[in-house]
Amino acid sequence: MRQRFLNRINFTDIALGIIGAALVGLIVIGSFKTLAEGNYTTRQWLDFVVFGIAQGSIYALIALGYTLVYGILRMINFAHSEVFMAGSFTAYFAAVSMAKSGFLESNTIIAVLILFAIAMFTSTAIGVLVERVAYRPLRRAPRLVPLITAIGASFVLQYTFKGLYGDQFKAYPEIDTLKGSYTWGDINITKVQVVVILSAAFLMLLLYLYVQFTKTGKAMRAVAEDKDVAALMGIDVDAIIVRTFALGAALAGAAGILYAITFRQVNFFMGFIPGIKAFTAAVLGGIGNIPGAMLGGIFLGLFESIGPILFLDGLNVPAPYQLKDVIAFSMLVLVLLFRPSGILGERLSRTKA
Amino acid sequence: MKRLQVLLSVLVLSSLLFVACTPKAPAFECTDAIGCVDIAPGDPIHFAYIQSVSGATASLGVTNMNGAQLAIDDKGGQLLGHPIQFDGEDSLCSAEGGQAAGTKIASDPTVVAILGTTCSSEARSAMPLIADAGMVMSSSSNTNPDLTNPDHPDHHAGYFRTAHNDLFQGRIAAEFAFNELGLKKAATVHDGSPYADGLRKVFESVFTELGGAITSSEAVNVGDTDFKPVLTTIAAGGAEIIYFPIFEPEGNLLASQKCEVSGLENTALMGADGLFTSGFAGTAGSCSVGMYLSSPYVAGDAGLKFLEKYKAKFGEDPASGFGPHSYDAMNIFFAAIEKVAVVDEDGTVHIGRQALRDALYATKAFPGLTGTLSCDANGDCATGEALAVYQISQAMVDGSENLTTSTPIWQP
Repeated sequence: MRQRFLNRINFTDIALGIIGAALVGLIVIGSFKTLAEGNYTTRQWLDFVVFGIAQGSIYALIALGYTLVYGILRMINFAHSEVFMAGSFTAYFAAVSMAKSGFLESNTIIAVLILFAIAMFTSTAIGVLVERVAYRPLRRAPRLVPLITAIGASFVLQYTFKGLYGDQFKAYPEIDTLKGSYTWGDINITKVQVVVILSAAFLMLLLYLYVQFTKTGKAMRAVAEDKDVAALMGIDVDAIIVRTFALGAALAGAAGILYAITFRQVNFFMGFIPGIKAFTAAVLGGIGNIPGAMLGGIFLGLFESIGPILFLDGLNVPAPYQLKDVIAFSMLVLVLLFRPSGILGERLSRTKA
Repeated sequence: MKRLQVLLSVLVLSSLLFVACTPKAPAFECTDAIGCVDIAPGDPIHFAYIQSVSGATASLGVTNMNGAQLAIDDKGGQLLGHPIQFDGEDSLCSAEGGQAAGTKIASDPTVVAILGTTCSSEARSAMPLIADAGMVMSSSSNTNPDLTNPDHPDHHAGYFRTAHNDLFQGRIAAEFAFNELGLKKAATVHDGSPYADGLRKVFESVFTELGGAITSSEAVNVGDTDFKPVLTTIAAGGAEIIYFPIFEPEGNLLASQKCEVSGLENTALMGADGLFTSGFAGTAGSCSVGMYLSSPYVAGDAGLKFLEKYKAKFGEDPASGFGPHSYDAMNIFFAAIEKVAVVDEDGTVHIGRQALRDALYATKAFPGLTGTLSCDANGDCATGEALAVYQISQAMVDGSENLTTSTPIWQP
């Protein structure tokens, strides 16, 4: 038994083990030292957590789009980041005209709901269009082919929007009713963050209920399980795939509005980095797994916000925030070393991969 | 047949003799160490640009190009009787873009002089190629000190700039913060670009020299959107002013997120000319009201006239502050070319490349829009006298006033 175990481990496993141990060691030592130095108050640590959750819930919403499509088609929809951009970039024009007429201030809730509607509608239309043009004709093609068309679709969308709306950064109007913050004890949270976290949580809950308890949701799960058998059971596979794309795209559109009210700047290239981060979040949580994408997004947001200070400040690394992305991706490596299919991804590795 | 041949050859020979004997001006012979540019009658004198004319920093590159265009128009579009040709490459404010544009331009032997680059990072990779090709380049917006530091590998012969060296700009920012505002604790943020890193280093050293303390020097990445964690770190250090000489859109996001971080309510913000654009206040929003920016200031009638001409020709105010610098850079080129060019009787112009370099280095007391310019042996033509500090007002955020045409609040 022992002999067999020794035979099974190879050089790669040892190397990976050492990398993992070194990362964990650095994290533990760094965190311990930072906390021992005590440069930051409890309140500031809680601030980091709030920033992380707010940023992470936007990642999570985008990540759901990657995960839903992967779950059904086993492909990465790289055009998803452009679907995210399309919604908030289009809604910008509505936001500006509503701000000019004063409607945004007088009826903030209705105005923001209108923005959500415009963004979600645009994103859904673009998402469904991309599926129809770039992916459906290649349904039976080898897996790499739709990956390439996905990248192509991504470029086409980026530069179409650059042509349509220009290459300048456009500023979303400031909403005065969303200024200010709430304080409970040591927790300080801005109104914008409250809106972002609550809307993201609400949308994710809605999606979960939809997939678990509706007939379409059931059909989606069936198609994800096995397309051919699902078709034999009388499920219109193409229609279900379109609905999946539409669902993911609508969530990306909503994420676009949350992004826009948080950062107030939109541009044709704005989807690229959040897209990569959300894809990372989806892999972190276990791609193909819906709760996994939510968890992955929040984790990634927290790593990015707390990681640089917690892990690196104590090690006296200068300007730790420059290494924010290094930390986020190192955490991904670390998680994948110990759980190769992501935090919640075991179901996938057994049945489908 | 044979006689005809003999006759013909005699004719040809005699005609050759005749040609040789005709009195004629000695043909131009290029004795220049690194070669000459010859411009036949009617051919244009070719100026090129390497500017970042698309993307996030387009506001800088486009203004630079427009400023140069105004200089060409004021010259009547002609130099030494030849039309002026002005075209070039987009260099995207990146080292890679600078290299691609530099390679393309350096391979064109008709190019006499180059207006470029927009960003210091582009000059780093483009200038070695341009120096090798024997061309000269003058920048109206490169401000990194290394480019004109003779001991630094980024310094190359043939490089000039009418933009102020950041040794001036960083010093002015630090002096303003310490002496004028009376602040003692500062934090800096850079984005890894040579421009921002250079500026914050100068700021930090001058600020400490004056007696202030740097509480933290942070760095962010180009493309980051969430600056609240880094601002929280700065708040923990207790900084009274945050100096962030970075570019759009990161600078705008940082300025707009400052108000969302507790502990920074009384902390002042200060940026540099990279953020000095007409769109900055609008995108940064009301949180940026009161923020300070250092940028060029062109005083007097000449400056106002330039703004008028600019608006008349391009239909808008300059989107950034370096238009007059390009205008000056082009005029310095024109003056130097007029000085060194050899003009044949038929109008052919010969320009020695080394002679042009020498003439540019010898530029003294040139009356420009941005002050009196004298180029030193390292290529710095500006003295920093045209720098000033501006402040963002609520009117700029609302769009009723323009930052780039506003009056500065302080001049050294």
